[in-house]
Amino acid sequence: MELNLQELNATEFPVPVELEDNIAITSLSQLYNWGRRNSMWPMLFGLACCAIEMIATASSRFDFSRFGFEVMRATPRQADLMIVSGTVTKKMVVPIVRLYNQMPEPKYVLAMGACASGGGPFKEGYNVVSGMDKYLPVDVYVPGCPPTPQALLYGMIALQRKIDGQSIANGDDVPWYGVGPAEPTPVPVLGPDIIDPRQMDMIRRQAESAADAPLLGSRELPALTQMVAAKVETAAPVAEAAPADVDALNVVLPAGAAPWAEAEDIREKRRLRALARKALRASRRAAQAEGE
Amino acid sequence: MDSFAAAPEMPLEFASIDDAIEHLKSSHPYAIKLDERDGYDGIIVDADQLLNIARVIRDDLGFDYLSSATAVDYLGEGDHMEMVYHAYRTSGGGALVFKAQTDRENPTIPSLTSVWRGADFQEREAWDLYGIRFSGHPNLKRILMWEGFHGHPMRKDWREAYYEEDQKPFDSRWPGGHVHRSEEKNVFGKNVSYPQDIDLNRLMDSSESAVYESLGLGVDIERVMDKDGFETNELVVNMGPHHPSTHGVFRMVLTVDGETVTSLEPVMGYLHRNHEKIGERNTYLHNIPFTDRLDYISSMGNNHGYVLAVEQLMSLGRRYNPPTYRCEALRVMMVELSRIVNHLWAIGFWLNDIGAFFTPVLYFIQERERILDFFEAVAGSRMMCNYMRFGGLFGDLPERIKSVTNLTNDRVRDYNTMQFLTEMINERIPRTIDELELLLTQNEIVLERSVDVGVLSADDAINFSAAGPLLRGSGVAYDIRRAEPYSIYPELDFDIAVEDEGDMYARYRVRVQELRESVRILRQILPRLEATRGESIWADGKPGAYAPRVPHGEAYGRVENGKGELGYYIVSAGGRGGSANPWRYHVRAPSFINLTPLGHMSKGHKVADVVGILGSIDIVLGETDR
Amino acid sequence: MYGTGLAKGLMLTLRHFVESYIDDLRYGFRKYHHSTDNFGIRQGTQTKGVITVQYPDEKVAVPERFRFVPILIVEDDDHPTRAGKDWCTSCGICAKVCPPQCIWIVRGSDPVTGRPVPDPEAFFIDIDICMNCGYCAEYCPFDAIKMDHDYELASYDRTTHHIHDKERLSKPNSYWRSIAPTRAYEEMLVRGTWEHKDAAKEARRGQSSSSAPSPQPAAQPAASTPRTTPAAESAADASASATAAPPAEGATPWSEDDAKREERRRKALERKARRAAKQG
Repeated sequence: MELNLQELNATEFPVPVELEDNIAITSLSQLYNWGRRNSMWPMLFGLACCAIEMIATASSRFDFSRFGFEVMRATPRQADLMIVSGTVTKKMVVPIVRLYNQMPEPKYVLAMGACASGGGPFKEGYNVVSGMDKYLPVDVYVPGCPPTPQALLYGMIALQRKIDGQSIANGDDVPWYGVGPAEPTPVPVLGPDIIDPRQMDMIRRQAESAADAPLLGSRELPALTQMVAAKVETAAPVAEAAPADVDALNVVLPAGAAPWAEAEDIREKRRLRALARKALRASRRAAQAEGE
Repeated sequence: MDSFAAAPEMPLEFASIDDAIEHLKSSHPYAIKLDERDGYDGIIVDADQLLNIARVIRDDLGFDYLSSATAVDYLGEGDHMEMVYHAYRTSGGGALVFKAQTDRENPTIPSLTSVWRGADFQEREAWDLYGIRFSGHPNLKRILMWEGFHGHPMRKDWREAYYEEDQKPFDSRWPGGHVHRSEEKNVFGKNVSYPQDIDLNRLMDSSESAVYESLGLGVDIERVMDKDGFETNELVVNMGPHHPSTHGVFRMVLTVDGETVTSLEPVMGYLHRNHEKIGERNTYLHNIPFTDRLDYISSMGNNHGYVLAVEQLMSLGRRYNPPTYRCEALRVMMVELSRIVNHLWAIGFWLNDIGAFFTPVLYFIQERERILDFFEAVAGSRMMCNYMRFGGLFGDLPERIKSVTNLTNDRVRDYNTMQFLTEMINERIPRTIDELELLLTQNEIVLERSVDVGVLSADDAINFSAAGPLLRGSGVAYDIRRAEPYSIYPELDFDIAVEDEGDMYARYRVRVQELRESVRILRQILPRLEATRGESIWADGKPGAYAPRVPHGEAYGRVENGKGELGYYIVSAGGRGGSANPWRYHVRAPSFINLTPLGHMSKGHKVADVVGILGSIDIVLGETDR
Repeated sequence: MYGTGLAKGLMLTLRHFVESYIDDLRYGFRKYHHSTDNFGIRQGTQTKGVITVQYPDEKVAVPERFRFVPILIVEDDDHPTRAGKDWCTSCGICAKVCPPQCIWIVRGSDPVTGRPVPDPEAFFIDIDICMNCGYCAEYCPFDAIKMDHDYELASYDRTTHHIHDKERLSKPNSYWRSIAPTRAYEEMLVRGTWEHKDAAKEARRGQSSSSAPSPQPAAQPAASTPRTTPAAESAADASASATAAPPAEGATPWSEDDAKREERRRKALERKARRAAKQG
């Protein structure tokens, strides 16, 4: 987009008319915002139905490159804007938060469609997150199911307007220029239901008070014991296929332990198995050599 | 049901369904009884004998294609769990429906994966959502929810965090409808609830470990690894759920040896938005716009399958008028247009996957925009058409496709609808298909990338319950529009597109042929629309009721959608007057079941081919995960 | 020869590239001129390929059947008798037929008697749940809820903006007739009048009560004949508003309904008694 000098010159300092085309007096914020708003690269990241309309908006008929949403990048490292285009499920919110943490700052989130804004028609479902803003800060909400390409373009322009109004001096606008590295958003954990680490204390308090009174927001299952028994039984065939230390997999994490501690354990186990296979292969080859 | 009666010397593979059931009854007299519930069909098989009888059904009776396998929870209606199987013959004809019952407390049923490998994912789904254990299943673990999730959510007594009532409409909405957000009522402010005995000190996230745990099952890694005489280590590559080539939030966990794929495990459920659970709470009418969001590329086809299934049930009742001819013609036109949209989209994105980044897509979806304009003018929305109703449609074609200014800078358009359609069908779409062929069919790079890649033999395709272009690309001429015709397809002149090679290129060829056949059908529809101009789309001239009651019974309605066989299994468990909400609402999603052979097809190919193979299956995640 | 297929494909892309300029030359600058004809050609079936919509400067106006979020119809401010009155009678059908159940209605009640009155006291639509399916508009027996054409709704804060209350939802009847003239006309044909059903009924009643002693029912207003030709449209409109006489003093619209209901109840009780007697 062309640099609009008149827009940039909108500061309290008067500029002589004859110099208006040659010099620009501006505040740093405006220059910064101008650069930011016109090079907003979205992440190539589709979730559901809305993603199809997002692709339609990117394609030749509506073409959001005209506004500096130049090209969609598949990696979060090169993206400035996350368009959450579709229903966010509990299973998917874990990767989404992880992707958001990987995006370099400054970063923006646009919730496209009813589902991403507040759960949408599927809100009541057991696997649906009621709005992306329950986990990430959302800058612009675009309602609609799905929003038409023009509605999405309107939302994107609304995001640009929002950026126009931001000031570098204001820490609320641009939290990424604060002191020290930014805190990553904690990644939710997939337990018996999704667990937001930020709510851990509340959940713990609830669980502790459960001894006195029934747990609020708890789930009753009529045949709970059978379910658990069934789960243990069906785990058996998998266990047979991999007889080596299955118990090591069911690592009991101490409270607050990082979920990736478990992944390390798996890695260790896989390494052991690979070593075993390697030994097996070596012995076979030896046997073959003997045969020859 | 079949027109010919089985003569004594008639081989069993061609016997009518009634004769087939007679044969089963005589060979297994104690294990089989007819399902005599009101409005039900088929046989109930003793669970112990299920495996044997399934083999007889497949081998002796010729029902070689397992279309759908799903569970029903009859809580309060007999208090048992039931697995319902629909088996078809690839030579055409109706279904042999057989069921196996088990108790709710400790449900166990033998797995049919050894008979039909296509039952694999469907049984895993039944385990995940209903908690039915399948003895003998090689890899029985959750498929849509994560491992470690508490409970089996499709059970009738399982209630989610935002549970309000068993059936819609909710009483809180009217007359005293004071607005609230569900999360305000939940103590955690989110759509979550935790088991009463949750122990946060022993919390484990076993979802990931479960995915990796079953890797390498049944794969002969040794053979691949020692082929070149190199000693290599296998490597686990995780693709998705955020990946540009997985067509949404699909995930694959690959084990690779160098560049060669040794095993592939599809992981899904990242878009599992509880379509069926919500569908069982909805009224019958509520479900139509929800079906739009299944295969969101071709929503008209989804509508069609669903209304066909419900109309099948409604026709059991007395007060039911079948749709008029004009209505049927309009339905077929819309479905064929959305098939064109679907195939243009599928081919375009398949090209993306094999390296032609975005040029083909941008060319092909130009035409999609025109078709979507037409949908928007007729049905009101570009993608979520919500166009079909039971016994009719939302509305007839408007005289003119006309817009009115409303917002600033709005520019209006005004076309004659029939002229718009004629130009689109006779000129624009064929021109696009020609361009598509010119660009791709003889293109050497496309040929190099796709010929002999991802081969699926005809026998495997049938056994894996593959459907649509995936099945027909393997040389099986099975198209439901011909095999079990519905609507006005019997009087339309078109051919089944079929190719024998079974590779990616064959699937591409099938799609191109189907595009041409769709245009052929549309050209036959246009004069029919002209001839019926002015006729009503409703049999009795007025729109249907907003809360239709559907008589007791079960129905399986299926259509040939762009992605393959889309089936709806619906159980209505009302009293004598019927019910307003389905008891069971199951979607047999082609995208979901077509993924079953993905691992089989990808084995031995390069990593770069896997995305192409996935693209050639053509999945859409809304339907895969539902 | 190896490579010919590839070359053909590349020729196609070249052709697309050249053709776009040839098209430009053919239409000259008219192609980008914002007249209806030009826009219709550019965004229609006659042009090759598609041409980019320059969105904020030119927007593709949506077709009449287009549906986005719902709106409630209220009577225009200049209506002689019912200015600003809701068309909605709070019958609750839209709330029942809404698939994701995003409509909340508080039915109004008479402050004195406590009986329900055909007027919504409050009306909410949560557009974060709404799936734009259009059922509410399709099944509303009073044509009181419609799907809006305004899709420019993006906001920075959903907690305050995304639950539309009655004030936000209400749009005058003339707005609906301006964004969907054909559909409004079709609805009029079905309804029999440009007026709200109740208003027309009241008008008829007002007429018949003024000529009370005559046993014959009063002549139907011209507007309520089910088939009205487009030519008669404006005349019908005028006559309908002219005949919409204010109701008799003291007679609330529902008091008469109550009397009728009482009468019906009495008759039903009689029938029941008779049936019981017969069986007994």
